[in-house]
Amino acid sequence: MIATTRRVLSCAVLAAFALPGIMGTAHGATLDDVRAADELKCGINTGLAGFANTDDAGNWVGFDVDYCKALAAAVLGDASKIQYVSLTGKNRFPALQAGEIEVLARNTTWTFSRDVDLGLTFVGVNYYDGQGFLGPKSLGVSSATELDGASVCIQTGTTTELNLADFFRTHNMAYEPVPIETNSEARAAYEADRCDVYTSDASGLAATKATFDNPDDHMVLPEIISKEPLGPVVRQGDDQWADITRWVLNALISAEELGVTQANVEALAQKDGGSDNPEVQRLLGSEGSMGAMLGLDADWAARAIMAVGNYSEIFERHLGPDTRLGLERGLNALYSAGGILYSPPFR
Amino acid sequence: MAAPSSTRIEQLGYLWTDERLRGIAFQVLAVAGLALFFAFIIWNTAANLKHAGLASGYGFLLDPASFDINQRLIDYTSTSSYGRAFLVGGLNTVLVAALGIAAATFIGFVVGLMRLSTNFLVSRIATVYVELTRNVPLLLQIIFWWVVILALPRVRDSISVADVVFLNNRGIRLPQPIFEDAFQLILALFVAGCIGTFVLARWARKRHELTGRTFPVGWSAIGLIFGLPALSTLFVGLPVDLDIPLLGRFNFEGGFNVTPELIALWLALSLYTGAFISEVVRSGILAVDKGQIEAARAVGLPPGLRTRKIILPQALRVIIPPLTNQYLNLTKNSSLAVVIGYQDIVSIGETVLNQSGQALEVISIYMAFYLTLSLLTSVLMNWYNKRTALVRER
Ligand SMILES: N[C@@H](CCC(=O)N[C@@H](CS)C(=O)NCC(=O)O)C(=O)O
Repeated sequence: MIATTRRVLSCAVLAAFALPGIMGTAHGATLDDVRAADELKCGINTGLAGFANTDDAGNWVGFDVDYCKALAAAVLGDASKIQYVSLTGKNRFPALQAGEIEVLARNTTWTFSRDVDLGLTFVGVNYYDGQGFLGPKSLGVSSATELDGASVCIQTGTTTELNLADFFRTHNMAYEPVPIETNSEARAAYEADRCDVYTSDASGLAATKATFDNPDDHMVLPEIISKEPLGPVVRQGDDQWADITRWVLNALISAEELGVTQANVEALAQKDGGSDNPEVQRLLGSEGSMGAMLGLDADWAARAIMAVGNYSEIFERHLGPDTRLGLERGLNALYSAGGILYSPPFR
Repeated sequence: MAAPSSTRIEQLGYLWTDERLRGIAFQVLAVAGLALFFAFIIWNTAANLKHAGLASGYGFLLDPASFDINQRLIDYTSTSSYGRAFLVGGLNTVLVAALGIAAATFIGFVVGLMRLSTNFLVSRIATVYVELTRNVPLLLQIIFWWVVILALPRVRDSISVADVVFLNNRGIRLPQPIFEDAFQLILALFVAGCIGTFVLARWARKRHELTGRTFPVGWSAIGLIFGLPALSTLFVGLPVDLDIPLLGRFNFEGGFNVTPELIALWLALSLYTGAFISEVVRSGILAVDKGQIEAARAVGLPPGLRTRKIILPQALRVIIPPLTNQYLNLTKNSSLAVVIGYQDIVSIGETVLNQSGQALEVISIYMAFYLTLSLLTSVLMNWYNKRTALVRER
């Protein structure tokens, strides 16, 4: 019920939401806005285990949340100065366009039309994903190509919706789409058997499955039907802010590559007795003036890593094999470890 | 020489003190201010949307929509255009509004009469229904019915009616009639029957006015409209095939499905608006002069005829204007569909907005759609209102 009310609210405000913001005069430099408010407004999802959901104490935790924290630490020097804004698939872009948030970290796929046509800028990829199907084992389906005639739950306003139409059309299969607004409602509809399978990003399916009473009664079908590079998004038109958000992400990835961790970052950042690797020195600000080039101070990246650790630490904490999601690094391993995760150099 | 100028000044002063002129001046000022205000908002919005690259006109309506819709009254696939997706959504809104208006009117009249019943139990039941539905937010009622339907048996354990209709948590699966060519004959006879009935009814009314003799128009109408086509099937057989639903691997296949979302929305809208209409009906009936009823009783009209011929025609005059309001409310309330994923114009529009980013265009399409629908309803009801009002004059 709470989820439903939330969805209703989010729907109702869609128009009301988009217009006043759009009507407001053009945005100034985002960095100045964030500093003036002394708070980062970060758009996250409405609740998805591992990526962004609330813990027992009511605090937001997760993979996407940690990106918000790293950014706030880099820009404001405090990872807790964040206002989290929960957004559905549908209202996330209007919220960003209207200036309700400064950055969107919500399992959002980088696509041509979003990047080019919607007035958005994708600053990188923090999770390489693909769309899959989740179904009960009792359905007796072992491949998505057997789904002719099935009812399929989908989240509206997503790339998922479009891939699904393409997949069934190219395979000449019929299906009943059951459009749902948020992950928690899709889960409820799936559990009430309104649909046979639920389709979404494979990582999201793993997260959803992990929260079932009997996760082992369900399985993710082997087919991955699309490419879903997920990453942070900002409004188009503020290059400085786009650079900051892009390089905070790159800093987390480079930190893994360079062996900088939450535990050793402070030591490595020392001017004397710290790291003698020049790239580490540039990254952590003991050498060069990269921070100043971004409009930040010298230890912006060191602070981000201190707040949440490097990419690997973030992944293992929220998504990795030791969590209930149990996801392998796969494509998201460093390029040097068999994956495709690759940060441009800090030079 | 001084006189004319002083009168001019006096005239100017007079302009100011004249209440009527002053009123006009203020109104002109107010209208101009309002116009300026809106012009500013529109200009500013357009400028900012353009700045964000978000308003580029209605050309996108021709682009392929690329998403599927589960309830389509016309042909639509994911390769159809955004424009067509809007049409599908618009028709879905019209469908649920029309079904809702029909059911709410029926419920409203029945419950309205029940509340006036002298039978304590009957009027109590009606009161409880009205107070319950009228005082619970519509949104909750929609969700309530949806949850109720989702709690029905699963597809495999469907409740079946004569093995052709199946009820389960994915809705109601009905057999779909498939019309053969010979069906056109039946259709033609049906139309002929309707026209015949119309002519007969006029003749009967004239004769009734002239001679006072009545004619059983109702029975002849049934005979003409349904009897003739039915009779013809004796010769040509029934030229309709039924596509009967069969259980497939996941769902029933064949026939057509009424989705849980449509059922829930329709039930909630009908029951909610029905409660308001029943109050309108009740007050309309109470507004009929007692003397009329007493007079009808005095001339010996039986109770049924009394209600039909004396009370309702007069009550209708009072009922129709507020009834129109209720119809408009129901139509607009149908946009709450989005909470349960019924794919009405707003739900589809939101998806279009999200995929295309054309915020202003999409919102303007909603507004134009609801405005047109509301105006059409008003025009129809006003026409009907005039007709019922005329009856009094004669
Ligand atoms: N990556 C896709 C889908 C994103 C999406 O909606 N993912 C779901 C599940 S994987 C989600 O984050 N749900 C959380 C919520 O409902 O807030 C997109 O960007 O369109």
